[in-house]
Amino acid sequence: MTTKNKPTKQKISSILDSYKRDQGMLVAILQDVQAEYNYLPKESLNQISEGLDIPMTQVYSVATFFKAFSLKPRGRHIINVCLGTACHVRGAGRVLEEIGRQLDIKPGETTEDFKYTMETVNCVGACALGPIVVIDGKYSGQMKTDKVKTLLESYD
Amino acid sequence: MAKQSNGRLSSPQELEALRASIIKTGDAQKPCITVCGGTGCHSFGSEGVADAFEQEIKRQKLGDKVDIKVTGCHGFCEKGPVVVIKPKNIFYQQVKAEDIPEIIAETMVKGKIVDRLLYTDPATGKKITYEHEVPFYKEQKRLVFGSNGLIDPAVIEDYLAIGGYTALAKALSMKPEAVIAEVKKAGLRGRGGGGFPTATKWETCRHAEGDTKYIICNCDEGDPGAFMDRSLMEGNPHSVLEGMVIGAYAIGGHEGYIYVRNEYPLAVKNAQIAIKQAEKLGLLGKNILGSGFDFNVKISRGGGAFVCGESTALMASLEGKVGEPRAKYVHTSEKGLWEQPTNLNNVETWANVPLIIKNGADWYGKIGIRGSQGTKIFSLVGKINNTGLIEVPMGVSLKDIIYGIGGGIPDGKKFKAVQTGGPSGGCIPESLLDLPVDFDELDKAGSMMGSGGMIIMDENTCMVDIAKYFVNFLEGESCGKCLPCREGLKRMSQILTDITEGKGKEGDIELLERLSATLIDTSLCALGSTAPNPVLTTLRYFRDEYEAHIKDKRCPAGVCKALVTYSIDEEKCPGCGLCVKACPSEAITDMGKKKPVVLDQEKCIKCGACYDVCNLGAVIRK
Repeated sequence: MTTKNKPTKQKISSILDSYKRDQGMLVAILQDVQAEYNYLPKESLNQISEGLDIPMTQVYSVATFFKAFSLKPRGRHIINVCLGTACHVRGAGRVLEEIGRQLDIKPGETTEDFKYTMETVNCVGACALGPIVVIDGKYSGQMKTDKVKTLLESYD
Repeated sequence: MAKQSNGRLSSPQELEALRASIIKTGDAQKPCITVCGGTGCHSFGSEGVADAFEQEIKRQKLGDKVDIKVTGCHGFCEKGPVVVIKPKNIFYQQVKAEDIPEIIAETMVKGKIVDRLLYTDPATGKKITYEHEVPFYKEQKRLVFGSNGLIDPAVIEDYLAIGGYTALAKALSMKPEAVIAEVKKAGLRGRGGGGFPTATKWETCRHAEGDTKYIICNCDEGDPGAFMDRSLMEGNPHSVLEGMVIGAYAIGGHEGYIYVRNEYPLAVKNAQIAIKQAEKLGLLGKNILGSGFDFNVKISRGGGAFVCGESTALMASLEGKVGEPRAKYVHTSEKGLWEQPTNLNNVETWANVPLIIKNGADWYGKIGIRGSQGTKIFSLVGKINNTGLIEVPMGVSLKDIIYGIGGGIPDGKKFKAVQTGGPSGGCIPESLLDLPVDFDELDKAGSMMGSGGMIIMDENTCMVDIAKYFVNFLEGESCGKCLPCREGLKRMSQILTDITEGKGKEGDIELLERLSATLIDTSLCALGSTAPNPVLTTLRYFRDEYEAHIKDKRCPAGVCKALVTYSIDEEKCPGCGLCVKACPSEAITDMGKKKPVVLDQEKCIKCGACYDVCNLGAVIRK
């Protein structure tokens, strides 16, 4: 179970159509594709390049430039550890290390069973709650190293 | 609801008629429970609180007597979920779903206050009943941000009821040049970082030649520690939209974009709703309010790159390209998006525009101080008691913000520095706390206003570590196009890492200064040229901390892992065993009840887990 769905030509086509195949909407298109499949499958990039009539190099450079995109399949649960300044001064680094220790992965990596991918984010804009860990879009504020285990165990 | 709301408004008179009918339908005296739905309160569970209110109101059949509204961010995130009951503005904090039946039964039915939900002023120990009496709010001037708590951001009628789009109608009756002149007279400066005079930008763009002119709202709030743009876009999107339409009219632009970070899903959603509603009422789209002026707005989501806050990089990204900046020999106001004249302002700047037009430049000019007119929203975060978003007139001192509104430093710790301006800004020490906060004074101190992040640091923050943090941040976010930024930041990061690992040597500080000077002089965009600020300000004000790391191999704040050891204070340790469970490397041994635990330095990985769990201060970090 690495992806939510298997990539299909029709799905990519319908995403392209929803933006009227506008070349300026490349970032948005990639975001929608990633939302669908959890990552950017290679075949989807080829189809986007053809569909928008832009070189593959441009699609690839945009897909690798922006932090939000992943070219590798990611886990079922995406953990985002906020490393914004407010979280940093409240000990986010230690929370990140603890999650890494529990799951035995480094930032950007996925556990072997594809259950979790751990990523970092520069700021989620909820600084009052720092340190913050966001799992699948759900915010857990005021994290401490000793709360990590319980938090991770609440996901299956 | 009036008939007009189904169709487009074709004149200012129709707008006023609609507004009058909205106000007439509503009852200002009817009690209304407002639940803060901002991201902070949401994370604390405000959704459950709002649901519980709705159910309880239904259950007690109070629907005719009590309204409920989920509003935008109230700012006092620390105490979320926040509930304010209108019209008296009774302020309940840290409200849970199980408190709701009591609030309904006591406050709404009997008119009594639920004491335990009130805010206690830590300075006096007194309970405070009303929102405007809470010290956190009392010292603020919430002109731009205050409406957040009054309206449901997804309901345009709420915005109209508080005078929304009045400024637009007024602007459309003026000549575009007169609108620019008014903004110029008000002295509005860009709230996104640079502080550039807004009207000057508008004027250049108006006079620039091009087939189309683009109007952009920058909501790619990348500065870590700043979230006012998010809260404005989430909590009062129409105020931003109204500002954009006025700007577009003044400049003569017909196409607009709102560029939002993808990390802000609620901001994207609320902006989308606002655009649809404004289009439906004819406040956006063709022939706005029957004036003959057309303006359309699209939303574009960012891909998570800090550099895209830079105008040329943002525009490249809008064109579907990599977000790399370009040299600005020609300004974007002349040649920007798709090579056309483009005007870009940030969210907070746009939200100031309707205020200026509605109340006039003379009124606006009286707020703040000369050179920095108006208010500024700051996010007060880090080691501070009252975390949240605040709005103050510019010119207020840092001390008033930190100790007045912010309530000082938690746990009796000592204040060390306040970091302003995000990664391009700097750290300001205690000796400068009387500094008035405005664009020019912060620049003089080596920092900058930036987008308004204020991160408070206490004695447990290591300033070398902070400098390393920002340099690492910027190294990761450097787009790599120009050499000084790409390679310079890498070298600075290596040197700072060495210093924090006890490998610093004589001459490192001087080398950092030389590299900084090169970056300032030769980087292509502002990301690189301002990147040395965190290093330079910490060197300027906290040089002794660098020297302690380099010469004595010591981290005075106890942060840098390689220079820190953990030990157990045998007199304080009751042997409770909490740290034994928390230790991931089995370095701590339980010696039995009431006997202090033993820490094995060989096995200790210095993660700090024991320090975190011990409430008795029995773990020593040196």
